[in-house]
Amino acid sequence: MEASVKRKKFSISSLTYKQQKILISITFLFVPVLLLILFTYVPSIFMFGYSFTDWDGISPTKNFIGLSNYKLIFSSPDYFRPFIVSLYYIVAAFIQIALAVCISYLISFRCRFANLFKGVYFFPSLINSVAISFIFIFFFRPGSTLDTILKLLGLGKYIQLWLQNPHLINVSLAFVSVWRYIGYDIVMFSAAMQSIPTDIIEAAEVDGANRFQQFIHIIIPGISTILKLLVFLSITGSLAAFEIPYIMTGGGNGSMTFVIQTVNFAFQNYRVGLASALAVILLIISILVFVIQRIVLQSRGA
Amino acid sequence: MVRRKMNFKDIFLTTLKYAILILLLFVFIVPVLVVFFAAFKTNAEYASTSVLTLPSNFLNFKNFVAAFTEGHMLTGFKNTVIILIFSLAGSVLTGSMSAFVFSRFKSKISKVANFLFLVATMIPMISTQVATFQIINALGLFNTRLAPIILYCGTDIVSIYIFLQFMENIPVSLDESAIIDGANYFQVFFKIIFPLIRPAVATVLITKGVAIYNDFYIPFLYTPDQSLLTVSTALFAFRGPYGAHWEIISAGVILIMIPTLIIFLALQKQIYNGLVVGSVKE
Repeated sequence: MEASVKRKKFSISSLTYKQQKILISITFLFVPVLLLILFTYVPSIFMFGYSFTDWDGISPTKNFIGLSNYKLIFSSPDYFRPFIVSLYYIVAAFIQIALAVCISYLISFRCRFANLFKGVYFFPSLINSVAISFIFIFFFRPGSTLDTILKLLGLGKYIQLWLQNPHLINVSLAFVSVWRYIGYDIVMFSAAMQSIPTDIIEAAEVDGANRFQQFIHIIIPGISTILKLLVFLSITGSLAAFEIPYIMTGGGNGSMTFVIQTVNFAFQNYRVGLASALAVILLIISILVFVIQRIVLQSRGA
Repeated sequence: MVRRKMNFKDIFLTTLKYAILILLLFVFIVPVLVVFFAAFKTNAEYASTSVLTLPSNFLNFKNFVAAFTEGHMLTGFKNTVIILIFSLAGSVLTGSMSAFVFSRFKSKISKVANFLFLVATMIPMISTQVATFQIINALGLFNTRLAPIILYCGTDIVSIYIFLQFMENIPVSLDESAIIDGANYFQVFFKIIFPLIRPAVATVLITKGVAIYNDFYIPFLYTPDQSLLTVSTALFAFRGPYGAHWEIISAGVILIMIPTLIIFLALQKQIYNGLVVGSVKE
């Protein structure tokens, strides 16, 4: 009886503030850190382990096979091809960023309906990835949207099999990726441009700088931090391209990306060891890009 | 602003600028608009008319009904809403509580945990799924709604930084005066800090909510069961049976976009702000 009365009296306020700090640190961080370790760190370590085995993902036995998975990936062109495919996405990402900078410049200064333009350009980046994929399967289908528009413009002779031709497919898919994400870049750049003090631009104008000079000497330096950040984000994003090509083509006709290949090996072909090796390679590349990004951003940021 | 007289060159440049911007509007609108048209066409009409032709009857909702019922979009919306509610509540709680510890206590525990989160920003979620799948499976969570819920709560680092940024701007003197008045740290968090970070909560709810609604990868891997389809995987399943029925696929695409469009029109400003805040972590 006595004990239970004492229990009731116990409250957090009766602890010293130092004890409270420790109690709160532990209770508040327990779940987030547990989830972080369980679903980010443990998988990374496991994956590293699997990559040296021939495990199929089901059987209880895993045989250690050393670096064989890695050797296989780097020696056979089939496994290596997705790296080349990701180059399409990287080139597209650079074009996307360059275009986004120009468009943001057009809508950020003396532009009527700027919000309407920004809104329409940005909305695709909010659309569900399956919906976007279907919109563009439809768009590229023979005789569908793109072909009809080309005919209407008298450009019918340029009609292609946009998603069947292995030489074109990655260009088509990279276009979809640009269509989807450019609005995000535009929003970021125009926010950065709007934070450039107007008196700097006006002073340059008084001094006789033309628009192009203003763009090169004021606007670009003014958005350099966000520009670098987006360049790095788009490199990692290009290497991890998955949803749109997977839904639109399933990786067929030469559109196999790195992640599609990994997913196929892991969940269809039961070659978890090999898939893990592929994933470890992607992880290492991502970390490298991240480290370079930190170095580049910090060296100028000071 | 310096007002200059418009000369011929200026007029030309301004016209060119708006011509480019309007042309781009078409690039973004037309691919979606044709799908919108197709969603209202009958099968025969779809086959016989050009994609650019308006549907004869904008009140033909048959395709939408088919997508909703036969196409399992209703199941998809139900599951997505359940997953959204739980994972958003989870993220807001875990995110704001971790951010509180990181911003207010500079203890060893706080520093170590903060470091763990920082390092994790380097690891792309997409690359570790091969092994995450084994863990989910071992925990018996495969084909349960708990799998996506836990993964959405657990892999989120950006929202911690959104909260952290916000809390750094709340003066510590506010906590201190509450403590002088006899409050404990739990009360400081729930009664003082949490109400003040409402804008950050809104930002996290929107950005995270959109990301979860649009995600395909996680439900595709972890909840393939037909009764557990989300909007993404339900729509993805249209590929097989409706391969020849683009008018029904189109209706599904439009259905899935309606909630997004409403959210965007209502919360445009917050969405833009959320993006900018979320990108400049650290």
